[in-house]
Amino acid sequence: MEIDADNLSATELRLGLPGTSSSSDGVTRKPSPSVGAKRALDDTRSETSGTSPAAGADDDHDAAAAPATKAQVVGWPPVRAYRKNTFQAAAAAAKRKAEQQGGLYVKVSMDGAPYLRKVDLRMYKGYRELREALDALFTNSVSAAAAAEGGGDHQHALAYEDKDGDLMLVGDVPWDMFISSCKKLRIMKGSEAR
Amino acid sequence: MSTPHSSSTSSAPHRASPPQIPESLTLAATASSGSPSSSSASGMRDAAEDDSDSPPSQMSEDDPGGGGGGGDRWEPDLRGGNGGTGRWAPPDQVLENVLESVLEFLTAARDRNAASLVCRSWYRAEAQTRRELFIGNCYAVSPRRAVERFGGLRSVVLKGKPRFADFSLVPYGWGAYVSPWVAALGPAYPRLERICLKRMTISDDDLDLVAKSFPLFRELSLVCCDGFSTAGLATIAGRCRHLRVLDLIEDYVEDEEDELVDWISRFPESNTSLESLVFDCVSVPFNFEALEALVARSPALRRLRVNHHVSVEQLRRLMARAPQLTHFGTGAFRSEAAPGGGLSVTELATSFAASRSLVCLSGFRDVNPEYLPAIYPVCAKLTSLNFSFASLTAEELKPVIRNCINLRTFWVLDTVGDEGLRAVADTCSDLRELRVFPLDASEDSEGSVSDVGLQAISEGCPKLESILYFCQRMTNAAVIAMSKNCPDLVVFRLCIMGRHRPDRITGDPMDDGFGAIVMNCKKLTRLSVSGLLTDKAFAYIGKYGKLIKTLSVAFAGNSDMSLQYIFEGCTKLQKLEVRDSPFSDKGLLSGMNYFYNMRFLWMNSCRLTMRGCKDVAQQMQNLVVEVIKDHSDDEGEAEIVDKLYLYRSLAGPRNDAPPFVTLL
Repeated sequence: MEIDADNLSATELRLGLPGTSSSSDGVTRKPSPSVGAKRALDDTRSETSGTSPAAGADDDHDAAAAPATKAQVVGWPPVRAYRKNTFQAAAAAAKRKAEQQGGLYVKVSMDGAPYLRKVDLRMYKGYRELREALDALFTNSVSAAAAAEGGGDHQHALAYEDKDGDLMLVGDVPWDMFISSCKKLRIMKGSEAR
Repeated sequence: MSTPHSSSTSSAPHRASPPQIPESLTLAATASSGSPSSSSASGMRDAAEDDSDSPPSQMSEDDPGGGGGGGDRWEPDLRGGNGGTGRWAPPDQVLENVLESVLEFLTAARDRNAASLVCRSWYRAEAQTRRELFIGNCYAVSPRRAVERFGGLRSVVLKGKPRFADFSLVPYGWGAYVSPWVAALGPAYPRLERICLKRMTISDDDLDLVAKSFPLFRELSLVCCDGFSTAGLATIAGRCRHLRVLDLIEDYVEDEEDELVDWISRFPESNTSLESLVFDCVSVPFNFEALEALVARSPALRRLRVNHHVSVEQLRRLMARAPQLTHFGTGAFRSEAAPGGGLSVTELATSFAASRSLVCLSGFRDVNPEYLPAIYPVCAKLTSLNFSFASLTAEELKPVIRNCINLRTFWVLDTVGDEGLRAVADTCSDLRELRVFPLDASEDSEGSVSDVGLQAISEGCPKLESILYFCQRMTNAAVIAMSKNCPDLVVFRLCIMGRHRPDRITGDPMDDGFGAIVMNCKKLTRLSVSGLLTDKAFAYIGKYGKLIKTLSVAFAGNSDMSLQYIFEGCTKLQKLEVRDSPFSDKGLLSGMNYFYNMRFLWMNSCRLTMRGCKDVAQQMQNLVVEVIKDHSDDEGEAEIVDKLYLYRSLAGPRNDAPPFVTLL
């Protein structure tokens, strides 16, 4: 029965069928519904509670049922959250470092400029360097635009398009978060940005 | 139980021996202590406050040559209820004053608890002279009752949540708030010096109240606590001018990066009395210059553990300011400069060489292995080394550990593998405590250490007393070998991370291995089991584990007999934690006669029902039975209970339980 339930949950539409796990509580790991469970399984229930009698049989059953999608049991192995969090932070940092081997090129468009540029976001340590670099890249266009405007507003706002496609103002979030979500940069004319 | 022993006629004080009491007074003591101790009943109940974890007492009969805690000189202290006019007071008042003077020397809680049971007069004298109160379960007794009994406390130790809270098994908001305690202790003990908390919630307001209530406050130690932020730390630093110890160990410090308070700058500007400053768990950036200045004006500082926002360049500056350090937590142990630049290893090594008193090193949170040779100058003197946050390979560990010939405590990550452990075994023959943590704490991880490493350690470290070992592969043979090679083991915690794993070579359950441990390690008081285990393992544990006080069981046993073996056999059992094992109400009920002798029982994800838990609650009125739910469905008696926490208590059901806790 556990096998069927596993397959079922893999194919079902998530309409909150009773007895299966809901994803609303943000469980990131794949949960496996326990046999005959009357309540929705959430991430604080252990996988083996309420299932077959003998502990040994449990193991065989589990192994046979869901080898690749074995749910992680809460609090097992018994390592304190403090330690786990420390390594998660370090692992995330290491992953970012590994990703840093490749560049992160994004297009930069400036309103009024004839063509776009591309910059590698990983080359910069923070927002100030990015702005300076963009200033350097686009100085010609800036002076050209200023001349055309006839002494109008020289302020430019820097915006970016994020993963969801929304146009966001650059500078609100920490740098690391910014480079992981920025897809495109856009230098907007001051008047448009207001 | 220790009693004042009748001595030689000499009344001159002796150094380094138990204080001598003039013979005339001991005779008087024996005369009046013949009265029936009606307080023994309440004293027995007060065993709820018993410190079963206390270090061996200094004055009990099985500890030869233990000196009193009161120092070298015995001075008759005729203070007491009578205001010092002892000569004209009735004889029993004199006796009480003398008793108090004598009992001052008893420090260990176990001895004090015993002394308090002798008779009412001893109970009162003991209550006035107890300086440290240890409460192993903050809900076992009410603050009011503690304050009423004890007149002159200087130090309070409180423990809150059950240990499984560390593994996310106790929902947020369950309890263990220190507020009612601080509120009660404040008015009662203005001379309080020390508060130690474990697994409790302490807010910034509580810290503020502590700082306000105790002008002589000296020592704050918070282990695995939560609820406070750097604002609270600032209050303590700023107001407790006599602070000697601020130890923050594995706490969860609530801080948003934009609300940080520069607490380090709040310490007094003059020389401080700081002896210990541990804040590696305060993971937010801090004012390094302020720390450097603080260290420079703290001549008594011996223990310093910084967080990972400290580079080796900054470490060097700290060590220059505090060459007298004995315990040093090194932060990240990497350079702030780009690779290739920064401090040279030789320069760093000079700093370590100048720290002649270092005996304990920890930290290494993001270690650059190139800097490890810098600690070679101190390795030979180290008794404690904590590499458990440093992801090192065997090759990186070996040259370091080879120098650590006097190591007694070693914590490490399993990344060093069996080969790294073999290197430890080859060098550290004096090792007493070993902890091997997993880098990847998941069931399906590869696991880098195995029975091979355990066997090697057992062969090289015969004096081992405490071991915590996470692995994926284990054999009964290795565990049996350890039981024979390391007979001094007091703590044996083996965690085979994959659930229900058998012996990797024979395929047998791990019953025989754990059986050998309880059989051969006659001093064992703490045991954690894992792997595939049948009832047979618990039969062994019940039969041989006569000194076991703490037992942790997970995914083990096949029937209720296991629980029965444990309850009936482990006569000294204090704390039993069980999870995900096939034990039902029958097993629970087999412990009915034993629950009151224990501090607590925790069971989650077993086969208990409300019926069984209610049975226990009804029959045992002096237990608090808590059922903690994850869901609000109420199916009545047949409902499977997810989490049960029961504990003896003088205070009755608590009034601060959240909605998801049902008190039966």
